Amino acid sequence: MQRSKNDVWVGLFVMLGAVALVFLALQSANLLSFNFQKGYRISAQFDNIGGLKPQAAVRSAGVVVGRVESITFDDKTFQARVTLSLDDRYAFPKDSSLKILTSGLLGEQYIGIEAGADEKNLVAGDTVTATQSAVVLENLIGQFLYNKAEDGGKSAGTDTNK
Amino acid sequence: MNWFHPANLGFAVRSKLADIGRGARLFARLMQLVGAAFARPGLVRDQVHFLGNYSLAIIAVSGLFVGFVLGLQGYYTLQRYGSSEALGLLVALSLVRELGPVVTALLFAGRAGTSLTAEIGLMRAGEQLSAMEMMAVDPVRRILAPRFWAGVITMPLLAAVFSAVGVIGGWVVGVLMIGIDPGAFWSQMQGGVDVWKDVGNGVLKSLVFGFTVTFIALLQGFEARPTPEGVSRATTRTVVIASLAVLALDFVLTALMFSI
Repeated sequence: MQRSKNDVWVGLFVMLGAVALVFLALQSANLLSFNFQKGYRISAQFDNIGGLKPQAAVRSAGVVVGRVESITFDDKTFQARVTLSLDDRYAFPKDSSLKILTSGLLGEQYIGIEAGADEKNLVAGDTVTATQSAVVLENLIGQFLYNKAEDGGKSAGTDTNK
Repeated sequence: MNWFHPANLGFAVRSKLADIGRGARLFARLMQLVGAAFARPGLVRDQVHFLGNYSLAIIAVSGLFVGFVLGLQGYYTLQRYGSSEALGLLVALSLVRELGPVVTALLFAGRAGTSLTAEIGLMRAGEQLSAMEMMAVDPVRRILAPRFWAGVITMPLLAAVFSAVGVIGGWVVGVLMIGIDPGAFWSQMQGGVDVWKDVGNGVLKSLVFGFTVTFIALLQGFEARPTPEGVSRATTRTVVIASLAVLALDFVLTALMFSI
């Protein structure tokens, strides 16, 4: 087949389009760091996960050390079962505790790991039971209103006794 | 009352149905001719050159300015809520999901679709297509199919260039001019943009728009009345119908992609 000078320009155009796609995939969607980081899996039971979603960050001291892999419901214990994938570079003591925290007042929810004091480290397949549930805003407000009403009832009661 | 007659209505419906049938038959033929088009890659290459390389300048410049404007307008709204670091996420998501495919398709209809319609309409007006048929050369195979598949290839590449240049434009305004922290700009973007859900769906959208715009342009040229006026009307119709089809299809595709 004959070559023409269009070959060069079309090749450059196609390459430019491919470079743009790669740029979008790597720079704006961060394809590499999601897929090529090796990790080990542990699981944890939570009473209430609030608004936690898969792919949420797992942080320790504010540094991202892993991701939430999946969230399922365990109908034996009626608890949420959360599978975490932690980065191979980091090891945590066996008695570390997990907390569901919120970044900012109403921001995204993530899991915080607080390191324990055990000499053995968590290995793949371990289950963490020392967990603290998410703070659910509705429960908090409900509790607050309930306490208020109780206080109001008491003061009203004392008023009628006088 | 001569103008209102049931026969007029019937004739209108029947001729519209015939138009739809001719369009569907041409579309089916073009889809069948994928192998024939790529059996002569030189023809497709020249059309990619004509449709793609010559559209690159307008696409890149538009993308840059859309990115600039998104940066400014996004910052204006986000700083009210004290979350101006999310600017990167806003710029990237709006470009990759919506603006990249849609604006590229609209510009592509205006820049490349019209030239396709005018070229093929003039070939019909000058009886070149009839002459090819006389020589037992199928004009759909020789003229239309390479142009169709070149348009389908070109459109996603142009949309990707548009989005990438737009993200850089947003970065120029957000980080260089306004002074948002560059680390927050990129990390918010990387935390919120998904490769398959956002970038992949954007590419899928632009591929569908590539089929739509190129096919409408070719159909209008192929069915144009062989007069100067007919060609000019066909060119206008290409822009109008292709733009409306892109916007309507965009809504349908977005609704489908949201529900999955």
